[in-house]
Amino acid sequence: MEKAMFYILSGMILVFSLLTVTSRRILRAAVYLLFVLLGSAGLFFMLNFNFLAAVQLTVYAGGIIVLIIFSIMLTSHVNEKLEAAGAKKSVFSFLAVAAGAAVTLYAILNYSFPSVSDRVNDSSMKTIGTMLLSYKDDGYVLPFEVISILLLAAMVGAIIIAKREHKL
Amino acid sequence: MIEGIGLEYFLILSTIVFFTGIYGFLTRKNLITILMSTELILNAVNINFVAFNKYLYPEKLEGQFFALFVIAIAATEVAVAIAIIISLYRRLKTIDVEKANEMKY
Repeated sequence: MEKAMFYILSGMILVFSLLTVTSRRILRAAVYLLFVLLGSAGLFFMLNFNFLAAVQLTVYAGGIIVLIIFSIMLTSHVNEKLEAAGAKKSVFSFLAVAAGAAVTLYAILNYSFPSVSDRVNDSSMKTIGTMLLSYKDDGYVLPFEVISILLLAAMVGAIIIAKREHKL
Repeated sequence: MIEGIGLEYFLILSTIVFFTGIYGFLTRKNLITILMSTELILNAVNINFVAFNKYLYPEKLEGQFFALFVIAIAATEVAVAIAIIISLYRRLKTIDVEKANEMKY
């Protein structure tokens, strides 16, 4: 049952990610990207990372996709078709990508990963909250604070950049 | 851990998604679609982090935390990139990377 679910989710991720980079209608590409993100949230749920899956759904699928769709609405017509990439460009890109994927897959399939399955992880909300604000060995308070400053800087920067310029 | 599904399956899945994103990055000309390709790449990295966390170090939570930080950084990146795209569109009336070469020199 779980195996079938994994195959369904990963097939969904693969098909929709291919459609995202090949679709010629930009709004559809954004919706296909949404399905890719939903599929990966499903995978996180299957691996018992419930909080991460919820963050993926709210921040990625809820926030980023809405931002992207807004910017599509602001910059292009909904029915506009993108021009296709040139044949030479797509062939060479495909060759480069296929070579990279072949090398990576070769490395993955020839390496034997150790199997550990008896230990369990505790990814409950309580542990996550404690670890995010702890400054001991397994604590993440420094990256947490750095991320909060980064978010503030990005917010200010986005407002300044997108602000309409005043006529002198 | 999923019965009958090894770590390799997740790694193969994320490799293919990653290189699909790179293909889109190389062939697309519209800035927003390039941004969506980067999102695919970041998402593939997240799948990798989570799978390694679950299969190799199940007693720790490093993969989960770094996936969370990657999501936060992706959100900031998208916000700034979209601000730049909108400002570029206002100035040049296009977001095609080959036509928008005003800042080239």
